This record gives sequence, structure tokens and C-alpha cells, in this order.
Amino acid sequence: MIEEFRGKINGMLLDEFEKEANAMKLTKAQREKALKLLEKRYKEYKINPGEAIGVITAESFGEPGTQMTLNIFHFAGVSELNVTLGLPRLIEIFDARKEVSTPIMEVYLKKPYNTDIKAVKKVAAMIKETKLRELAHEFLINIIKKQIEVVLNKGNMRNLGITEKFLFDALAVKLKKVKIRKASNGNVVLKPDLEEVSLKDVYKLKEKAKETFIKGIEGISQVLPIKQGNEFVILTTGSNLKDTLKLEQVDETRTISNSLFEIASILGIEAAREAIVYEAKKVITEQGLDVDTRHILFISDLMTATGRVKGVTRSGITGEKESVLARATFETPLKHITGAALAGEEDLLNSVVENVLLNQPVPLGTGLPGLVASMKKNE
Amino acid sequence: MIKMETEHIYKKVEKIVFGFLSPKQIKKMATVKVVTPELYDKDGYPVDGGLMDTRMGVIDPGLRCPVDGKKLKECPGYFGYIELARPVIHIQYTKIILDLLRSTCGECGRILMEESEIEETIKHLDCVEKESGLNIKRKKIKAIIASLKTVKKCPHCRAKQYNIKIEKPLTFIENDKKLTPIDIRSRFEKTPDRDVEVIGLNPRVARPEWLILTLLPIPPVTMRPSITLDTGERSEDDLTHKLSDIVRINQRLFENINAGAPEVIVEDLWDLLQYHVTTYFDNTVSQIPPARHRSGQALKTLTERIKSKEGRFRYNLAGKRVNFAARTVISPDPEIAFNEVGVPRAIANELTVPERVNEWNLERLKEFIKRGPEEYPGANYVIRPDGKKKKISDETKEQLLEELQPGYLVERHIMDGDIAIFNRQPSLHRMSIMSHKIKILPYKSFRLNPAVCTPYAGDFDGDEMNLHIPQTEEARAEAEILMHVQTQIITPKNGTNIIGCLEDAISGNYLLTKGLEFNKDEAVELLMSVGIKDIPKFGKIVNGKEIFSALLPNNFEYIGKSRDDEDVIIKNGKLIKGIIDGASIGEENGNLIRKLHRDYGEDKTLELMGLMFKLGIKTLLYCGFTSGLADTDLNPELKSKIQKMLNDAEKQVEELIRKYKAGQITPMSTKTLEESLELMILQVLNKVRNKIGEVVAANAPEKNSFIIMSRSGARGNVLNLAMMSAVVGQQSLKGKRIENGYGDRTLSVFNKNDLSPRARGFIRSSYKKGLDPVEFFFGSMTGRDSLMDTALRTPKSGYLYRRLSNALQDLKIEYDYTVRDANKAIIQFNYGDDGMDVSKSEGGTINIKNLIKEVILK
Repeated sequence: MIEEFRGKINGMLLDEFEKEANAMKLTKAQREKALKLLEKRYKEYKINPGEAIGVITAESFGEPGTQMTLNIFHFAGVSELNVTLGLPRLIEIFDARKEVSTPIMEVYLKKPYNTDIKAVKKVAAMIKETKLRELAHEFLINIIKKQIEVVLNKGNMRNLGITEKFLFDALAVKLKKVKIRKASNGNVVLKPDLEEVSLKDVYKLKEKAKETFIKGIEGISQVLPIKQGNEFVILTTGSNLKDTLKLEQVDETRTISNSLFEIASILGIEAAREAIVYEAKKVITEQGLDVDTRHILFISDLMTATGRVKGVTRSGITGEKESVLARATFETPLKHITGAALAGEEDLLNSVVENVLLNQPVPLGTGLPGLVASMKKNE
Repeated sequence: MIKMETEHIYKKVEKIVFGFLSPKQIKKMATVKVVTPELYDKDGYPVDGGLMDTRMGVIDPGLRCPVDGKKLKECPGYFGYIELARPVIHIQYTKIILDLLRSTCGECGRILMEESEIEETIKHLDCVEKESGLNIKRKKIKAIIASLKTVKKCPHCRAKQYNIKIEKPLTFIENDKKLTPIDIRSRFEKTPDRDVEVIGLNPRVARPEWLILTLLPIPPVTMRPSITLDTGERSEDDLTHKLSDIVRINQRLFENINAGAPEVIVEDLWDLLQYHVTTYFDNTVSQIPPARHRSGQALKTLTERIKSKEGRFRYNLAGKRVNFAARTVISPDPEIAFNEVGVPRAIANELTVPERVNEWNLERLKEFIKRGPEEYPGANYVIRPDGKKKKISDETKEQLLEELQPGYLVERHIMDGDIAIFNRQPSLHRMSIMSHKIKILPYKSFRLNPAVCTPYAGDFDGDEMNLHIPQTEEARAEAEILMHVQTQIITPKNGTNIIGCLEDAISGNYLLTKGLEFNKDEAVELLMSVGIKDIPKFGKIVNGKEIFSALLPNNFEYIGKSRDDEDVIIKNGKLIKGIIDGASIGEENGNLIRKLHRDYGEDKTLELMGLMFKLGIKTLLYCGFTSGLADTDLNPELKSKIQKMLNDAEKQVEELIRKYKAGQITPMSTKTLEESLELMILQVLNKVRNKIGEVVAANAPEKNSFIIMSRSGARGNVLNLAMMSAVVGQQSLKGKRIENGYGDRTLSVFNKNDLSPRARGFIRSSYKKGLDPVEFFFGSMTGRDSLMDTALRTPKSGYLYRRLSNALQDLKIEYDYTVRDANKAIIQFNYGDDGMDVSKSEGGTINIKNLIKEVILK
């Protein structure tokens, strides 16, 4: 019987109906009655053609935006990581910024690893980025020899599982044009490999050496395993999906980052679309606001419609509009007008503002239908 | 009978093409060649060939335009032109001029590309434009220009190419020699049409040589009207000033060239001409001193008139001024309906509705005219079928009455029942502009029912609102069908009801349904005062539930929960069980209202909501409801209990600090010791505050007004009461306790590094008891912080909203239910995957479980 209504009622609703009807053990007659009522309701609830749905969506974000807090830092739930939330984060998402102000990954692990805290901690240590600074007690500048002596912190090295050989190999890869050797007292000696070494070079090298990447995944400065349900998830400060997904323990189907661009470039545009929905929803619910999922879906669909992530900015969605006047009304009008004059652009006046500028009805809602009544002319 | 307009000429602009005015076109469209900088002759009449030449349009009332014979306001104005003695560069196009110079040959003017390559590039660019749009094409062109820059030899004439530099703002230098505009222009003239397409120019509308001006169009006088000051003196527009500078210098340059003046002088004048033309286009170019008035104020020339918020686009074109509008302060009136607006008499005398005269209303409209503009309800204007507008006054009254016949329009005063559009800024959502029925009331403020404060986000602390009167039948129909208050009960944001009962209306219904009892007479009187005429049969004693039920339709069925999760059951329009509170009739989550809305439609819902609202208020009027200082009193026992709780908490904190100092605290991961301690202390203090809140609420008497308000969901919560009567609690900034400022302490009355609650912003006093200076200071810190937050947030979220609405404004649902943008590109195949409207459905979905239950129950 349900099949008869397919095409008349949305499939998802029908599926849900089937499940509920089976659960409640409806009789055939009841089923038919219920389905008819459902069809009636569905028709009533359907959106009107011509509805200016874009404006409604914009309003649904603009109005709650005024109620959001500006508090940039908040504690994300149980964890102790700082995350940008509230209005600044929402702006960041809609801008589609390349750099996120607080990049974070949620790293999920595969079956055997995700329940054992020891294994989780091991993976966490693997992910965390280690810099030379963390392996050293101090960095000494030897002014006479014009070199740097790094006093190693053996304890830390042992904890992080770094051998001396590993360290030297890593340094050799990362520090170019630097002579690296081991001093007799166990210190690492670094000297710029230049013909004439000035003290400035040595100082520069010292700063560079401190930040030299030794082990882990670049960009991950903090890791925090937390319990979520009955498994452990590693939250990280800093994001590097590309390298993280390569680890065999990591569940690549669930691990996500909060950087939209990273997701778009590594997991593709559909993943980016989902990410926008997920992130925007997170901000809104965290602020105790309620915005229907449709609006969030709508914006993320628009932002990703061309296959690239476009922001809601003058260079993004608005900037790529066809209409010259629509672009000019938004921002930098002169640039658009002069550009249009050079290229001989045409404005076909098929969106809203242009028609407002010209005092014409807009092609939305009641301005959409082109009905003309034929009237008898008076003799 | 006078013939009515049977045919309307419906003009529509189909498209706008952007491009340059070629010198030929400039000449063709001009009516005047401007040759003299003088504006008026001795008699104050515009000089022929001057900048105010009447052939460029009329700005004086009474004069007729010599070109089209029309009057002021009818004549659009006409362009003139100046012939420049020497060509000058157009400041807005220096960048493209430089690009052109760099990518074309200095000798033959061809683009620095092989013939075959030119064809290929153009084909490729066309492809790119078709597939990915103009933006991408522009990026490609940029790369091409960059590559042409390095070509050393022209592939066409084998001439050597030199590096061309620009010395900002408008000097071009080739090989250490200055290129004059004449040089540049003669180069550009040689470039064939096909070649310029490579640079992205469309040669049909933009030849490169047109970027160097030889003729300057003079905008019509109507675009730069002069104002006559009170003294009778004329004050010219900034543009006229600038143009007269240009004409003056231009004439001098002509004379000097003709007289064979030395090249140095000519060059100087030429530079001066370039300066004036540049500042005429843009007076904000860096490195060029802006042209100023004699007073020192910079002139506002063409560019500044177009751009920014106050520019032509955003100020005059995207937003327009209107007539038939009013604005005044708003004040509440719970006696009027939700969809009414009280309009003061003084405003009603000014705002009008046009009414077409026909045989049936002729006499009625004559009465309006008789009363005239002063008396209410009268009329202000009569419009004849030919469009002539006549003001009604004591002198014209008689004549107008005589000539009035079908076909005329009478602009009569607004009256009760007319449709008005009511708005409060900022118009953040569509409920910020709704239509109301007018109700004329005395005094000077707009009156609205407090229930519609929520959609407008207004209050009565001095807010002002705007009222507009739609003037056509179409506008009125749209306002009534699409914008009426009842059509906006449910917000499209999340599908909840934005209009509902609030504050006293909720408290009243809560008290009424909780167990108030009346005798029969009182009950009838109460219902009558609400406006119920159809009074059910009552017994001697009537309880509140029965009274509430009298409002409901007889076949209304409802099962829901109250705020404290008790069942609320309505059967056959009778409230059987439960208390009506915010969860049933409040805003946002008024489930009873949602059910009414679905079962009986919006009109009936609004009516019933109005009745409930009134019933709530009238109930309170009957039984009395107030809150006073006594409501915050605590009995001595409770007081000492609370003090003990606070002392305990403080002791706990002390213990934590002692442990911390002894090094016995284990830090949480990724946190330092100090941060962990802070977190623990904060937890202890917040816990005690919440506990005290509970204790206060539990011990407060049933009839405590604050408790009634917070239980019913009318206003406030228990913590607010606790803050007044028991303890204010921890003041926090950025989620932390107040941090030490300078000198390791918060205030100089404390010891250094004092971690105790009091020293870090814990307010132990209650508002009733009063805060001591230290506590008050901490309290004002958080107060200031939240003020800052609001002040900084508003512009940020405003800008986000502007960007969103600009990006999304032309997306709409098509007839096939797809969502598309202005170019018909599909964004969604089915809106929200199921095509349902959030503001029509049950919070965005259909609740199938409930639907099945409904069917079973039937």
C-alpha cells in the first residue's frame, strides 16, 4: 500500500511511516487512513513555489547572530581544549577562511585500539608533534666558536621514544646548510654551514633549531584522549588530516578536522559540505539557539555548489554573481562598474537588487508569475 | 461617465549593457558644447555655452526646457560636452592602460603575440568564460599580461620592446622618457580590434584609445542642481565647481597653444587640466591633493557620490524614501487585538487611503470631502482622472464637491479597519514587518498589544516604530494575505510560535487553572470582560479550569505536558487535567497554540490567543498580583542555613588552597596546577550557589510572586530570586574568576596572591542586603564586560547578516520545487530534501508517531 503513495509523499517520510506503522501494528484500514492523512498534511506543509527561500535562510542566521556571545574561548564540553565558538566561529565558517583560528581534529581509532587507553595514549604520542625544544634542556650560543650547543634532555627523549640516531637523522633532514655533530660531552653542536658566519646567523639558527620538527605529525601541538561513549577519541590542537589519515590505527571514516579547506582538499567537496553543516550546527547548539537544519543545509549546499568551497564574501558567492549591479550594490561598486565597462558586460536584470534599483517588480514571490489578463477593449 | 484608463503602458527595462562612451557618442548625445566657465550673466540668467546652459535641463520652477519643452521634474536633463585642448588620462583606468602599454608593441601597436597565438588565446578565453565565468577569465588574462610583459621583441614588426613603468598616480615612463597621453593614445589607435580581446576588452564598447579622454561629457544640470540660499545667493553644486575649473583651464590651454606659448607653460597647464579632470572623477586618489572648497572642505566628486553606504547605490537606489509613512513612540495596550495597531488621531489626519469614486460610494466620499483635511475622518486630496492632484481646502471644497464623479480618486483619512504595514528596525527577520488593522486612538503614540513585542523585538522604553499605508489594491491584498500578524505566528527559523502569551498573561492563566475559584457572578463577569458572550452553564462555584475551557472550541482535543512535566489534558474543549503555563501558551514552545494553529488555522488561533491573553490579565486584575520586597524575605532559620552553606563552601575552598600550597593537588591533563585549582574552586562555588537557589525555592511560600512567575514561565528563574534574597554568587569573566590585575591582586585591599572567594569576585551578599564596595566593584566588572560584548557584537553580526542576505537574496523555489539562483543554476533539487516549509510544518517535520496515534484514537 505504501508504494501507491510513493511519488506523492517524500520517501524519507514514507520510510519512517513504515517503521512506525509496523511498530504500532496498524491494521490495513488504519494504514490507509493514516497514509491519506499523511498525504494531506504533506501537501499542506509543502513550500510555495516562488518563496524567497534565500532571504528566509539569511534571516534565520542573521537574527540569532545578534543573540550570540562574542566569547572567543570556551571549553568544548568535557575537554579542556580551547576552541573558537559563538559568533566569531560562525563568521569564520561562512567566510570559508583558509586558516582556522583554532584548528582541531577529532581522531577516531579503529577497533582494537580505540578501547584500550594504553594503546590510545600510544597513538596520541605518535600524532603529537615533537620539536627540538622539547628535547633540550637549553640552547647555548658559543660566541667564540660561533656555534650552538644543544643540551639534550635524555629523560624527555626516553619518554617520547626518541633515540639519538633518530634525532640526528631528523635534524639532518630538516636543517639544511647546517653542520651537525655530536660533541664529546653528549651535546648536539649546530653550526651554520656558511663561509663567513656572523653572530646574527647563529642567533637565527638558534631560533630555527628550537622549532625544528623531529617526530609526530606536523602542526599537531597538543593531544588529548577523551572518552566518548565506550571508546576513546583523541582531540588535537592543530590539524593535519593528510598525515593523520595515513596512520594505520586511525579510523579514516570518522576522523574529522574543523578546517573546511583541509577537508575539501583531502576528502572532497561532499565531505566539505557535511563539515559545514556539522560545524555550523555545533556553534548554534552550543549557544543554546535553535535553527532548523534546512537552513544550515541550504547554506552549505550553496557554498559548495560549484565544486569549490566559496565563502559568503565579496570574493565568494556575491563576488561571482553574474549581475554587475548586484555585485556593485554589495561592495566596491566602482571596481565592478569599471570592469563591466571594459568587458562590455550585460546585466540581464534577473535577480533582486537590480530590479529594486530600477523600480521594477522583483522576480520572487508575487512578482514571479507573469499573468496577463486579456480584457475586452471598450468600443 | 469619464473614460477610465483602459490601457496601461507597462515599461520594463530588459537589460543594461555596460561600456564606454566613444568621442562620437559623446558628441551625438550632447545638446551643448561648453566653452565658457561663466555660469550666469549680469541678470542672473544662465549663459549660453556655460555650465548652467538651460539646454542641459531646467532646475528652476516655472521654466521650460528648450530641448523637450518639459517642466522641472519632467525633464530628465541632457548632456553637454567639452573639447579638451589636450587629451588626459582617465584616473579609473590607469591600471588597464599600463597593462595595455606593456602588452602591446611600442611601434606597431599590435599585441606581443604571434598571429596564430592570438586566435588561440581568444578561443581559449571564450571557452573559459562560458564554462567558469568572468572571474576565472579575468584571472587567466592577468597571467597572460604578466607573460607578455617580458617579451623583448615584437613578433610582428621586430621592434625592440622597452620596460614601461608607472609613476603613481598617472605618469607612464618608457625607457626613462615620459609618455604623454598623446603618445599613448596614438599607440592605442594602432591596435586592431581583435588584439585587444586578448586583454579582455570588448572592442565594440571599449576601444583602448577611449581610455584617454579627448572629449569630456558634462552631466545634465538636473544631476548637479544649485541651491538658492536664504540670502538670495546661489550656491553651486560641487560638480559644477569642478567642471568650471576644468573649462577655465581648458580655455587657457587653448589660448596658449594657439598663441604659440612656450612648451613649458603649455605643459604646466596641461598638467593642471589633468589634475582637475582627475579630481573630477575621483577626489580621493592617494598622492593627489584633494580639490577643496574655499572653506577647506574637500569636494564630493563622482566617485564619492557612488560608493559606500551613503553613496548612490546603497543610499538612494537600494533603499528608497517613501510617502504615506509615519513614525512615533510605541506604547502597550493589552485591550487591542494582536493584529491591530493603535494610531494617534494626529497621524490619522495626515495619512490617507486613495479611494476610487463610483456610483455607490459617491455620496459617502462627498461627506469626507465636506469634512476636509482638518476634521476627522475627512480627506486631503482629490485626484482627477487626468492625474491632476487637488488639495482640499475651504476654498476648493465647494468646487471639488461639484465636479466629483465616478473615476475620481479621493484620498481619505485612514480609518478603523484599514490595512497598515508596521515595522521596527532593525528588520532582522520577516516578522519585523507585519501588517495590522488600524484602530484610531487618542494621544500621540502607536499602541500595540504586548504579545507582538517578541516578533518586533521591541519594548516600550522609548522605542519608535514606522507605519506605512499601502496605496493600491494589490499592495493591500498582499499585505493582508501574506503579512498579516496571524500569518506570522510561526517563525520559519525553527517552526516554533513566535507569538504567544507572555508575562502577566501567563501568570494569570497559571493561577486561574491552578485552582482559583469564583462564584457564578464573578465568573460570568470575568468572561464578559474578556469578551466571551457565549457563556456555558456554571454551577454555584466555578473553578478556574472551567473558565479557561469556556474559551476553547467545543471539539478541541489536546494532550501535552506542563513545565513541571505534568499532563495537561483537554477533551471536547474542556480542560480536564493540568495547569496551563508557559509550555502550553507561551512563545517559542506553546504546544497548545501549535495544536490550535494546525487544527483551526491561523485566524482562529490568533483570536483564541487574544482571548487567553485577556483572560490572564483580567484574572490578575480580579485576584491581584504584585511583587514586593517582602517576597524576598527569608525566615531566620533559612537565613542561618544559607550562611552555613556558604561558610562550608568557603571552608572547602580554603582546604583546596591549603592542599594546593602543600602540593597535594593532582592537575588535570593538559592543565597546569593553577588552572586545575581554579576550576575546582569555581565548581565548589557554583555548586553552592545553585544549591542555595534550590533551598530558597523549596522554602518559599506558594503564593510568593517570584515563584509564581518563574514556575509559570512568565518571567525569571529561581536563581534570580536567590540573587535577590540570598546570595549573588561568583562573578566571572571569560569563564574564569576575576583575575589578578597589577601587583598580583585584584584590589589593593587584599593581600598579594589571595585566592579566597571574596578576593576573586565571589559576592556573598544578596541584592536585598546590599553589596559592599568590593563586591559592587566586581559586580560592575562583569556588567561592563557584558556591555562591551553587546556593543562589539552588534556591528559584527550586522555585517554577517548583510553579507548573507546579499549572497542569498535571489535564490528561490521554482515551480518544479528545485532551489535555483538568478541564473537558474540548481542549488538543491528538492528544498531541504523533502520540500517542506519550516513555517508551515511541525517544527520542520511531520510527527508520524503522533499522526498514527491520532488515526488510532479516531
